[in-house]
Amino acid sequence: MLASGSHLRRLEAESIHIFREVAASFSKPVMLYSIGKDSSVMLRLAMKAFYPAKPPFPFLHVDTTWKFREMIEFRDRMARELDFDQIVHINEDGVRDGIGPFEHGSNTHTHIMKTVALRQALDKHGFDAAFGGARRDEEKSRAKERIFSFRDANHGWDPKNQRPEMWKIYNTRVGKGESIRVFPLSNWTELDIWQYIMLEDIPIVPLYFAKKRPIVERDGMLLLRDDERLQLKPGEEIQERMVRFRTLGCYPLTGAIESNADSLEAIIGEMLTARTSERQGRLIDRDEAGSMEMKKREGYF
Amino acid sequence: MAQRDIKPAGENIGEFLAAQQEKSTLRFLTCGSVDDGKSTLIGRLLYDTKLIFEDQLAALEAESKKHGTTGSDVDLALLVDGLEAEREQGITIDVAYRFFATPARRFIVADTPGHEQYTRNMATGASTAELAIILVDAQQGILQQTRRHCYIASLLGIRHVVLAVNKIDLVDFSQTTFDEIVAEFDEFAEALNFDTAVAIPMSARFGDNVTSKSASTSWYDGPSLLEHLETVDVSSRNGEPPLRFPVQYVNRPSSDFRGYCGTIASGQIAKGDSVVVAKSGKSAKVHRIITHGEETSRAEAGDAATVLLDAEIEVSRGNMLVAPDNRPHVADQFMANLIWFDEQRLLPGRSYILRTECDRTNATITELKYRVDINTFSHDAAKFLEMNEIGVCNVSTQSPIVFDEYDSNRQTGAFVLIDRITNATAGAGMIQFPLRRASNVHWQALDVDKESRADMKHQKPVVLWFTGLSGSGKSTIANLLEKKLHAEGRHTTILDGDNVRHGLNRDLGFTDEDRVENIRRIGETSKLMVEAGLITIVSFISPFRAERRMVREMLEDSEFVEVFVDTPFEECVRRDPKGCTRARSKGRSRTLPASIHPTKLRNARMFT
Ligand SMILES: Nc1nc2c(ncn2[C@@H]2O[C@H](COP(=O)(O)OP(=O)(O)O)[C@@H](O)[C@H]2O)c(=O)[nH]1
Repeated sequence: MLASGSHLRRLEAESIHIFREVAASFSKPVMLYSIGKDSSVMLRLAMKAFYPAKPPFPFLHVDTTWKFREMIEFRDRMARELDFDQIVHINEDGVRDGIGPFEHGSNTHTHIMKTVALRQALDKHGFDAAFGGARRDEEKSRAKERIFSFRDANHGWDPKNQRPEMWKIYNTRVGKGESIRVFPLSNWTELDIWQYIMLEDIPIVPLYFAKKRPIVERDGMLLLRDDERLQLKPGEEIQERMVRFRTLGCYPLTGAIESNADSLEAIIGEMLTARTSERQGRLIDRDEAGSMEMKKREGYF
Repeated sequence: MAQRDIKPAGENIGEFLAAQQEKSTLRFLTCGSVDDGKSTLIGRLLYDTKLIFEDQLAALEAESKKHGTTGSDVDLALLVDGLEAEREQGITIDVAYRFFATPARRFIVADTPGHEQYTRNMATGASTAELAIILVDAQQGILQQTRRHCYIASLLGIRHVVLAVNKIDLVDFSQTTFDEIVAEFDEFAEALNFDTAVAIPMSARFGDNVTSKSASTSWYDGPSLLEHLETVDVSSRNGEPPLRFPVQYVNRPSSDFRGYCGTIASGQIAKGDSVVVAKSGKSAKVHRIITHGEETSRAEAGDAATVLLDAEIEVSRGNMLVAPDNRPHVADQFMANLIWFDEQRLLPGRSYILRTECDRTNATITELKYRVDINTFSHDAAKFLEMNEIGVCNVSTQSPIVFDEYDSNRQTGAFVLIDRITNATAGAGMIQFPLRRASNVHWQALDVDKESRADMKHQKPVVLWFTGLSGSGKSTIANLLEKKLHAEGRHTTILDGDNVRHGLNRDLGFTDEDRVENIRRIGETSKLMVEAGLITIVSFISPFRAERRMVREMLEDSEFVEVFVDTPFEECVRRDPKGCTRARSKGRSRTLPASIHPTKLRNARMFT
């Protein structure tokens, strides 16, 4: 157990409180499970919040069909072991139209297979609250995010029209079709997440640990050749390189970093001396400074 | 995350992590007027504590060229101004949270904007902060907004402030200027009851006295900002507060497990302790405690706990487990400070949803005692509160809530008000004390009740609420209906808008507040009539959806039927017997509020 009064225990309590508040005041909550390290921490917190009962809501994974294979294996193993209620949603229209990051570019792919897919899933099941793993330290526009973040009936986020959030009193009221995105990890930092994973012995996808992997270097990014869909361009070759991932997403959009960190201690050590922020490995933020904010307004998490 | 206390990789990470665990966290907020240098100061703190990554720095350099205000230097403010609109306008428009750490402490910073119209964001940041940094520009000295920020900080229960006299470089590091500003600050801050108030001369842009003492202010012998933040003691001056455990969620996976879940607001709880259920006064002993997923023998303030009792007693969400010898108030009337956030003004008499941490009920402001002028702190008479105004009022709730005075417990003394129609968080309140009336006057248990009265009349009492424009034919239809019912031997009565205005509501005019009060009285009167067993026909122009809903909620579900008399506007004008509608169409309305419009009234049908 974490030391009483310790900083992580405070964060843990705050998150548990948020989980319970949602369970008590929404009729159909869901947890967005993205399989990454933050999701793994959320999963543990949700288990603790309702112990000895199981979390009273399902876990939704929006599968873009381009996730790393190890992520999918991990997801299915967790669902089996912890016996939670899992929903996997794929945008079948996108699949039919053959949408993918190589052919359509990262923006179109992310929009159709992730943003639109998420909206489809939320609408289909009529969820009125959805937990997400975003943290305020990740990126500038996230720093302004509420813990209970209101979305209109089109899943839009209006940064100028957010509900004031006072004390621990959350306004959980929504009209028909409207919903709330809930961020239990708002006040956690990347270091907190890693430390918690270590202290609590939380399983994470092995891609976070350094290992020799088949890598293609493209546009300055180190891409893992996870399947045949990554076709080599002239001059490219596959090299076995010692790499790991700081964040996980669609494999063609997620760059690896060269690293020897094959344990949690080593990862944390590496992070403490790192000179680039976490999201840098993700293509999505690169375009221009405000791009994450724009995606959020459109309903990306 | 890179931090000042980085050890090179390979050195003892375990030790480093253990030390991280021991640290306490200080939550503070920064406030100041636009351009006082708030964003620059936070950027400076992050920069000097090495929390800026290389890629962020590169992005920053690019952006400084585009939007920056510091010429060729890197503009630290751009680092924290998050949203696009802000970057374009160069202002901070919403509260943002930042994180940094030093070897001594971890910090959560609420960065709140200085605009007058964004009082609500400052209140939001202040509600969870222990300390406030109040920035002033040394060239400008104390502004009205400085007073406002201090007042809000104090109102929200912040007991520690730092007066950051910024841009001291632009006044030649002058001690005289600094002393004058501090003297002016002390004068008004005295009334605000801070435990500590420390003034520091500083330059956020160049770093003087931010993370280390500056050579340019040798006359200043206090700490640098960071030194002060690392060491200030913010523990409560109230001593050990009693147990308050608001029940948030009841966990019932099986018939032999009934766990009350919540976050302990204050005090502690141990296995075997006697506790009292606040609303019922019933007591029980603590049988088991689970915190954070594990069985334990005790839990303390801040823990997310699950508590099982040894007796089967009624406890649900919104109730509270408390110390038997030191109980909170349980009342349905109290006096509170209120900050108003909503564009729609606060109207006494209107029904809102009141939320505490775990409870919710309907509430009305029964009396607005005064509005506080937050520049002079004077008390002014007021009939309503506009957005960003602060007042003191009496609140009446539909059912009793459990609370402490905000001064003694910030968790259990606070509430927010939510607009019933838009669901906006309309205001936030801090309870001062319960009103005696509520605790002394208990409801009379009556032997003859509504049901027996109705039985004797062989009918089901109901309110038939007719709405519609003046001239729509409400009264005519209502009268015909009453005749018909009377002929069938029913016991009826009729409340007609104009007639009531001559008597019961003769003291009311036609302002929005008076209209709300008008409807409230009609509602209460109808309720008495229904209790008397009567079929009550009400004929009224009732423009506000919120008020119709309020009346509906005073009664049981089956006791309220709304009838909208949907006559075309032109027809109303043509036949309006009292000339009111016509007057309005010429722009001289006496009885019709500007907000009433035929298309709006159509919504009324949804309520029947
Ligand atoms: N000379 C000087 N300029 C400063 C100082 N602090 C901030 N500024 C400048 O004042 C302007 C407004 O600062 P900013 O941090 O954006 O103010 P905010 O609106 O309070 O966030 C910017 O051009 C800053 O570079 C200071 O200590 N000295």
